[in-house]
Amino acid sequence: MTNSTSTALPRRTGGAHGRQWRAVGWTRPLLIGAALAAAAGSLLWTAAVSGFEQPRITLAFGVLVAVGEFARITLPGGREVAPVAAASAMSYAFLFTIAGEPVLHSGLQVVAVVAVGMALGELPHIMVGRPPQWGDLARRMLSVAVIALLFKPLVALVDLDGPLWWMALVLMAVIVVVVWAADSVAAAAIRADRLRTRFVVTVRDEMRAQVAIGMAVGASAILMALSVHVMGLTTLLVFIAPLLVTEVAFRRYAQIRRTYLQTVRALSRVTEVGGYVEPGHSRRVSRLAQGIGCALGMSESELLELEYAALMHDIGQLSLRDPIPSGATVLASPREQSSIAELGSAIIRETGVLDGVAELVRRQWEPYTGDGDAGPPPLGSRIIKVANAFDDLVGDSTDRDRVEAVLQRLRMDTGHEYDPMVVEALATVLQRPHPSRRDD
Amino acid sequence: MRALPVAARLYVGLVALGAATVILLGVLLGPIAEVDLDTLLLLAILFVIAESIATMVDSGKTGISPASAASLAAVVLVGPVGAAVVGIASGLVIRRQDLVKRLFNGAQFVVAGYASGTVFQLFGGRMGVPDPGAFPWIILPFTGAVLTFSLCNTLLMTGLMWSLGELRLRRPRHVRWRPLATLELSSIGYAMLGLFIAAIWDAVGPFAVLLVLLPLFIARWAFDQYVFQQRAHDATLAALCQAVETKDYYTRGHCMRVAKAAAMIAEELGMSAERVQTMRYAGMLHDIGKLGVPTKILQKAGKLTEEEFAAIQLHPMRGYEIVREIDFLDEALVGILHHHERMDGGGYPMGLAGEDIPEAARLVSVADVFDCLTSTRSYRTAWSAEDAIAELRRCAGTQFDPRMVEALVRAVEREGWEVPDLVEPLSEECEARAARTPQNGTGARTGEAPADVVPAGAEPAAQNGAGADVTVGAVEEAAGS
Repeated sequence: MTNSTSTALPRRTGGAHGRQWRAVGWTRPLLIGAALAAAAGSLLWTAAVSGFEQPRITLAFGVLVAVGEFARITLPGGREVAPVAAASAMSYAFLFTIAGEPVLHSGLQVVAVVAVGMALGELPHIMVGRPPQWGDLARRMLSVAVIALLFKPLVALVDLDGPLWWMALVLMAVIVVVVWAADSVAAAAIRADRLRTRFVVTVRDEMRAQVAIGMAVGASAILMALSVHVMGLTTLLVFIAPLLVTEVAFRRYAQIRRTYLQTVRALSRVTEVGGYVEPGHSRRVSRLAQGIGCALGMSESELLELEYAALMHDIGQLSLRDPIPSGATVLASPREQSSIAELGSAIIRETGVLDGVAELVRRQWEPYTGDGDAGPPPLGSRIIKVANAFDDLVGDSTDRDRVEAVLQRLRMDTGHEYDPMVVEALATVLQRPHPSRRDD
Repeated sequence: MRALPVAARLYVGLVALGAATVILLGVLLGPIAEVDLDTLLLLAILFVIAESIATMVDSGKTGISPASAASLAAVVLVGPVGAAVVGIASGLVIRRQDLVKRLFNGAQFVVAGYASGTVFQLFGGRMGVPDPGAFPWIILPFTGAVLTFSLCNTLLMTGLMWSLGELRLRRPRHVRWRPLATLELSSIGYAMLGLFIAAIWDAVGPFAVLLVLLPLFIARWAFDQYVFQQRAHDATLAALCQAVETKDYYTRGHCMRVAKAAAMIAEELGMSAERVQTMRYAGMLHDIGKLGVPTKILQKAGKLTEEEFAAIQLHPMRGYEIVREIDFLDEALVGILHHHERMDGGGYPMGLAGEDIPEAARLVSVADVFDCLTSTRSYRTAWSAEDAIAELRRCAGTQFDPRMVEALVRAVEREGWEVPDLVEPLSEECEARAARTPQNGTGARTGEAPADVVPAGAEPAAQNGAGADVTVGAVEEAAGS
């Protein structure tokens, strides 16, 4: 039925062009602007008015920040972090004495040194064409600025050698936690804008994703400041080894997560190469499903499960002796659909680790009102059902009339077959330009 | 636990005796009176907590333990004897472990603690909380202590492994240095934290424990996550590969066995652990492009037409296209693309010859054919490993790289090869599968043609080498006549 509309002139939807412009929302430009202003302002003030105090210490921390920034890592979800740089910058802000010798630098000098260090650390990356996530860089910069400007005046009130020395410790801990929380909220705002999902959901995701590395960085920063207080600058050399171990662990973790995704993405194409489904089907369904999932406010872990399930939703067809015509499961009988889903889910369950994904795949064919006693299928399954039906009927065509016609057809079936909420989310997703994706 | 060999019992006994001597002599003769008992107790508690969360990395046999940080802090704060006493605490760690292991662990830390404490003082380190004037030069004796500690532990562990017979002495070339080095570096990193604890002990006391432990816990957590994801990834890769084989009953498990054989050859050739893993992946994924070949051609009986043959020849290319985007495969990619090349240049897809064929491809090719020969096909029963090896040797030089063949032979001789046992195709699972799948109505295809093989008799002379085990037919014919 959809072919009747294909005579219309093919028009491209906003998708192809939409990928060009990235930032939607105001948080990201605001943060970048603030970071730039803070860097420029503090640099100017320090260079022109106050001058750089204690050049040896300045140089030591500046180098450390630069090295840490150079060794930045990208955590799952495209989150860029630089634990070593962050910890050294924070501890620079936290310094009270250097082996008893008072520190003279102001909060503004801290910001200036960190800004220069970060710029130097990023330079090699930029030169080889791997620019940083500017939003993340701005957040790293601003966190340090806030810490420096907050802590400096407050610590003056604490007598470190008196009986209340532990107040300094508490003060540092509180500031670390507060700044970490604020930073997570800022990151969540950027993410919510980018993925067009709910702010509350991204705040939770962001906090969950950042809590471990945030704690490690915070504890290390406090530890370093204390050690410099006791031992002098040498501590910087000793501390770097253990924090590097943590960073290596996170780097490997992030790497294997990327590899995992790559493997599933690549292997999900076996169904295409085998001629079971149209080329690009799995990826388009996965992208659509993710868009819908974001619009419906799914959390990051649910989205990842959804992505895996969407990529592998047709894998059960591998067990078929011969491909079904054009691979469009939407045209197959419910019995066939259910058996493909069942077989696919059995394959995925073989892995022993993707049970949630297997369940989504197993129930992807069920009508949204449910099949039998099990009740309605999970949201992920309902999303895959709609995304799959849409892609089976539209293919990689971008003809707007055809898209409209297919949407209309799906809407007509919302009484029993398709979840109306999901179909409406699909309509919203199709209307806007593709959200720019980071490679995660 | 299995009964320990006598050698191991003797060894553990000796180490424990050494530890006991160290402590006795230290307590009787050493300046134990100067040791602050509170500090000692706190350090012991820190040690137990840290050791309780000992990280298991990769193999699961060698653990990185943050406990070494506590031991090294003890070296500085309470001297060699104190460090030895703190080491006893590792026998009290909370985890499931039998007495002998506890005894050995305790003794190991006692000896290592005492030795590193002695080295620390020999190099001029002084016992007690270091004063600011001691920095930066305290790093020298401390580094000496860390290295001694690491060396002691490694030596004692190696001795244990050796006495257990789990460790064969290998030529240096065969030892996998990289993971060892990574492990050593990480534990040295942990050990360096000891100086931290010691230095800020006076300033913050027990808070030092909290501050130092937190990053350690987090590093451990991240390593755990990494190990879990790594396993999940391998399991997923294996499951997807096997899924591709479900079309043909007779090739089930082929990819996993080829992966195993490829890894065996790679290990035998002394490749690094990483390359062994890459070869394993190459073996696992080598036939994934078969999916692009229509089932009816793969299972066709008798002679193939030129077009059909061309379709089969496409499968390495197809496989390459599927996995091309997976970064970590790296060298495995060319292994997949060229696994049907022959040494004499008569293979496909490119007709490369000799050394022009990438090493990975020559390796996978041998592993592939070896498994084909030793597993049952619809038209013949499995060969014994000996017969398969004889056949591989016969074709070494023309079809296979003799170096790979010999490596496989050595590996199989040493580790053995389990010939897959094939359950009757009409098993319950198969029937159920056939019943559930409308298109798959034929069920098991016992009577049908070979899946991936062109019988040699039916093969056009110019196009040798369609399936992996193309040479089989020739041998079978010879045997039959």
